Amino acid sequence: MTYNIILRIATKVLCPFILIFALYVQFHGDYGPGGGFQAGVILAAAFVLYALVYGLENCRRVLPPQVVYACMALGVLIYAGTGVVSVLLGADFLDYNVLAHGDPIHGQHRGIFWVELGVITTVFGTMVSIFYAIAGRKGLN
Amino acid sequence: MTAHLPVLQVVIPLMAAAVCAALRPARVAWAFAVLVSWTVFVIAVLLLREVLAGGTISYEIGGWAAPWGIEYRIDVVNAFVLLIVSTVGAVVLPYAGDSVEREIRRDQIPLFYTAFLLCLTGLLGITITGDVFNVFVFLEISSLSTYTLVAMGRERGALTAAFRYLVMGSVGATFIVIGIGLLYSVTGTLNMVDLGLRLSELTATRTVPVAFAFLTVGISLKLALFPLHLWLPNAYAYAPSAATAFIAATATKVAVYMLLRFFFTVFGATFSFDTMQLGFVLLPLALVAIFSMSLVAIFQVNVKRMLAYSSLAQIGYITLGISIGTVTGLTAGILHLFNHAMMKAALFMALGCVIYRVGSIRIEAFHGLGKRMPLTMAAFVVAGLSLVGVPLTVGFISKWYLILAVLEQGWWPVAALVLFTSLMALVYIWRVVEAAYFHPSPTDEVAAAVREAPLSLLIPTWILVVVNVYFGVDATLTVEVAGRAAEALLGVPR
Repeated sequence: MTYNIILRIATKVLCPFILIFALYVQFHGDYGPGGGFQAGVILAAAFVLYALVYGLENCRRVLPPQVVYACMALGVLIYAGTGVVSVLLGADFLDYNVLAHGDPIHGQHRGIFWVELGVITTVFGTMVSIFYAIAGRKGLN
Repeated sequence: MTAHLPVLQVVIPLMAAAVCAALRPARVAWAFAVLVSWTVFVIAVLLLREVLAGGTISYEIGGWAAPWGIEYRIDVVNAFVLLIVSTVGAVVLPYAGDSVEREIRRDQIPLFYTAFLLCLTGLLGITITGDVFNVFVFLEISSLSTYTLVAMGRERGALTAAFRYLVMGSVGATFIVIGIGLLYSVTGTLNMVDLGLRLSELTATRTVPVAFAFLTVGISLKLALFPLHLWLPNAYAYAPSAATAFIAATATKVAVYMLLRFFFTVFGATFSFDTMQLGFVLLPLALVAIFSMSLVAIFQVNVKRMLAYSSLAQIGYITLGISIGTVTGLTAGILHLFNHAMMKAALFMALGCVIYRVGSIRIEAFHGLGKRMPLTMAAFVVAGLSLVGVPLTVGFISKWYLILAVLEQGWWPVAALVLFTSLMALVYIWRVVEAAYFHPSPTDEVAAAVREAPLSLLIPTWILVVVNVYFGVDATLTVEVAGRAAEALLGVPR
């Protein structure tokens, strides 16, 4: 890919926009189409594109496999942790109403925010780790 | 906190699985997983006690009321299955510590515990939830983690076995989700109780019988009912010992529970047994499974495969009980869920001890083990007798109720077949006993070095053996719970 200057420049230009778009899909998920799953895939797509053009080794340097690996587990913990917080605040599991003191609507927003954060983390980690596993012979470790 | 027990039953192992993936070294991950499995067991016991005393428990996830939100609904039936799954988990995980170190690559061991806990999460989730789509989600969690567990086996065959299981399991899961989708399309609800109410009002629609067919075939694939069983023997034979003991004792049981839930709670006994004539479909399949799989088991050289085929025959006994469709028949089926889980886990764990010391489980490897590993082989013999159905073991209780149920219908030939296949079980267990006690051990130094398995493996194995005998002598609790579960499913007032 060293001599494909158009591809290299296009990737350089595209990557930040893909990342921003992923965040837009993530945060707009409250109001419109989108949410953690789609955002996670888009976020991972930026890194996959980078790895395709600049090589797997460079991508691994930007995003070490250990980090990807931790993301997969961390997302589950964030999601389930949100539920546990509402249990600790005295409501049912994943009942967002209690997450903001005395303000159920704000609480719902807060709950969705954390849960979707968990989703994007796990989906992003899983997509990238699948790509690493297929692209590299070494797999995760 | 007790009000939240239903959700903690699932969330604790789920979060623990994520934590476990990060724990190093392997021993720490193991200790953590054991602690979690014991917590889960205590929760299951508390839930069963609460259900027996106070009736059905309902828990609304996210505070959304039942038909709209996801409801966790626990009655006697699933409280009992929760207890079976968590008991096996709590006994097998302590056992796994030493067993796994011999059989799995060191860097994969924490991931083994992660997959194990995820599998536990999935199985408990399928059992506890009252929402059919939630069943599918948990089914995927448990299936995917099971494929991983099987693929971690030390032989290369493990990979093909896991892949085959993956293909068949995915077909099954697809059928199940198609069935659920069809039900949703005619009723607009996913809650089991609500579905049951709405389906009983529906008349003359083609969709419901089609959904019924998809669900029956899909779940039968998961529970490895005869002609859909081909994935099972290799998956059990190649998985690491601890994983085999756990999966063999729980995965098919939970699939049977799904079958019961869909047939009785969602579709209703009248629709399943009168309109769809389920009894006539299940009965022949169950009888063929019992006979042919027992026969195949007799000719196996690999003892683990032999027990896998025996499991298929035992699934036949359970399905036979269900296909009768009476209270006694269902009691026998549900009773055998528990009893078979206990005896099969004990047998596979005894095999794990043999693998730990001898490294092989071909029948010749057992020569002389009666002297060299007396406690392991004694455990195998007692659990084996339980499999055959000798009095004073749980196997006898199951067979007794099964034959009672069959004779209630006046089906003498079926009762004769049950007795005859018990003798076939005696034949395949005897082959191992003969090899272990009546063949002199080989004289080379490898065989001379074989000693009794360490206590960390023997104690969990023997705990299950004692359970086998205890509930064989005093079956009041299990029979009572199974009977109440059967009555709850059939809607018989008590």
